[in-house]
Amino acid sequence: MPLLVSYSYKNILARKLTSTLTVFGIGLVVFVFCAVLMLSNGLGETLIATGEDDNAIVIRKASQTEVQSIIYRDVANAIKADAAIRKDPDGTPIVTSEILVLINQPKRGSNEPSNVPVRGVSEMSIRIRPAFELIEGRMWRPGTSEIIAGAKVAESFQGCGLGETVRFGMRDWTVVGIFETGGSGFESELWGDVDQLMDAFGRPVFSSLTMQLTSPDEFDSFKARLEGDPRYTAEVMREKEYYEEQSRFTTVFINAMGVTISIIFSLGAIVGAMITMYAAVANRTTEIGTLRALGFGRRSVLFAFLIESLMIALIGGAIGILGATFLRFVEVSTTNWNTFAELAFSFEISTEIVIYAFIFAVVMGFVGGFLPAVRAARFRIVNALRAK
Amino acid sequence: MSESFVELRSVNKSYWRDRLEIPVLNNINLSVPEGEFVALMGPSGSGKTTLLNLIAGIDRPSAGEVSVNGESVSQLSEGALARWRSRNIGFVFQFYNLMPVLNAFENVELPLLLTRLSRSERRRQVETALTIVGLADRMKHYPNQLSGGQEQRVAIARAIVTDPRLILADEPTGDLDKVSAEEVMELLSRLNKEFNKTIIMVTHDPRAAEKAHVWRHLDKGELNNKQ
Repeated sequence: MPLLVSYSYKNILARKLTSTLTVFGIGLVVFVFCAVLMLSNGLGETLIATGEDDNAIVIRKASQTEVQSIIYRDVANAIKADAAIRKDPDGTPIVTSEILVLINQPKRGSNEPSNVPVRGVSEMSIRIRPAFELIEGRMWRPGTSEIIAGAKVAESFQGCGLGETVRFGMRDWTVVGIFETGGSGFESELWGDVDQLMDAFGRPVFSSLTMQLTSPDEFDSFKARLEGDPRYTAEVMREKEYYEEQSRFTTVFINAMGVTISIIFSLGAIVGAMITMYAAVANRTTEIGTLRALGFGRRSVLFAFLIESLMIALIGGAIGILGATFLRFVEVSTTNWNTFAELAFSFEISTEIVIYAFIFAVVMGFVGGFLPAVRAARFRIVNALRAK
Repeated sequence: MSESFVELRSVNKSYWRDRLEIPVLNNINLSVPEGEFVALMGPSGSGKTTLLNLIAGIDRPSAGEVSVNGESVSQLSEGALARWRSRNIGFVFQFYNLMPVLNAFENVELPLLLTRLSRSERRRQVETALTIVGLADRMKHYPNQLSGGQEQRVAIARAIVTDPRLILADEPTGDLDKVSAEEVMELLSRLNKEFNKTIIMVTHDPRAAEKAHVWRHLDKGELNNKQ
């Protein structure tokens, strides 16, 4: 079956204005579609990157997040003795007991208050997270009211920059360092000495335990052992899965809302493509009759117009995707609805998103072009040749 | 008399408008031997173009049979008819019917896209056809860069590029000035004489009809067999 690709392509170029407007319409919808997927992907990536493959996290059963979780010191000590936890050469288990508390802090620029997570950590917390890097200043000194701030929280919140002071837990805390963790969610947190923070917040309990296992294969038995022990009432998850779970509600919400908006927008783009293609069919009725008289079958005509519509959609899709890639340079922050903490992240594109966006564009082109193409293919040759 | 190449036997054609039957052709019998140049003449609305369309297989008779080179055109399915047209018929239209977005070369190449010829074979045939019509130097020109006469010659190149034995021309000079019309008629006459193409041409123009060997007159759907 001959595909009149060149004919279709040149007709798009011949109708510059209508083609451009249709391409723009489809491009805009694909841009929105891509932006939504990139947003949710960026959020997911940030939170997933927060976890390490070998690490497991323990929180109190049914608490869902560290913020709601409490683990008593005796329980923490008992868990630390488990054989599945990797040990230092000197026999110290590689495990960190931390607290996580939310404070309310005004944002830079807007002055709007939002929740900032404050994590009480120890030296082991840094060893267990190899992506940690102090990029400015220094570490806090044990026993003092010093903290370090994640790069994103330092940039976004008042009092959280290097040398600034933030007040919580009835004390003023001085930011003495800025750290990064490879773009993960920890960069949206303030870190300080766990004992100082427990004291300041009056919390004698930990929020979570994070440990490195001797092997990732040990996870299942470790989980079964801890969750099966009635003394602990613990829930054990792989660290990556835990943070992925943290993003689930927000990403599902963003996806559902964004895809719904994209679909509504796409109806407009489909109608636009349809009008363009109906106009193309009406303007080229004699050409259609001529092609048929020359021996091109109905299917060739159908494909010629369908390909034209798909080309418009693909060009629009490519432009939309290209435009969306620039969003990678934009950083946004939102409330993680699982923890109610402010989380900063970037739009992240992926191969899957590009494929989905192209499929979305192709669907719009196909739906918009199909009925006009069918109309073109159904013309009687004699009538088409008579059209003026 | 030589064997007929195009034959119409007892052909009737009616159109329906609402429930009203409008007869267009009535009991047409026509026999055209191979290599003949026939002019179909008659007043507007006499059914000339309809008759041409029936021979080309782009319309079907209400009754009767149309055969070309022994093949019953009216019996073929729509798909088979399209394939048959691409191989056996060259069509020349009054208003040239070139694709405005394609250049002369691409317009002439169109019917060859339906064949299995390679790109180089297609190029060779297109160049040959455009050389025959005297437009080898206008291959890259678009229809809006050509005169009416040149456009019609490109259309004739498109009609002969697949080397069909039958050329159907529907008022090929109807939209041309006198000089261009003469050039086009010279070309059709040459195709008939040098390349032995059978030509059936609908025309109002007596000067164009002069190039034909045989004249048939249609009036109110009936064929007058005077030659």
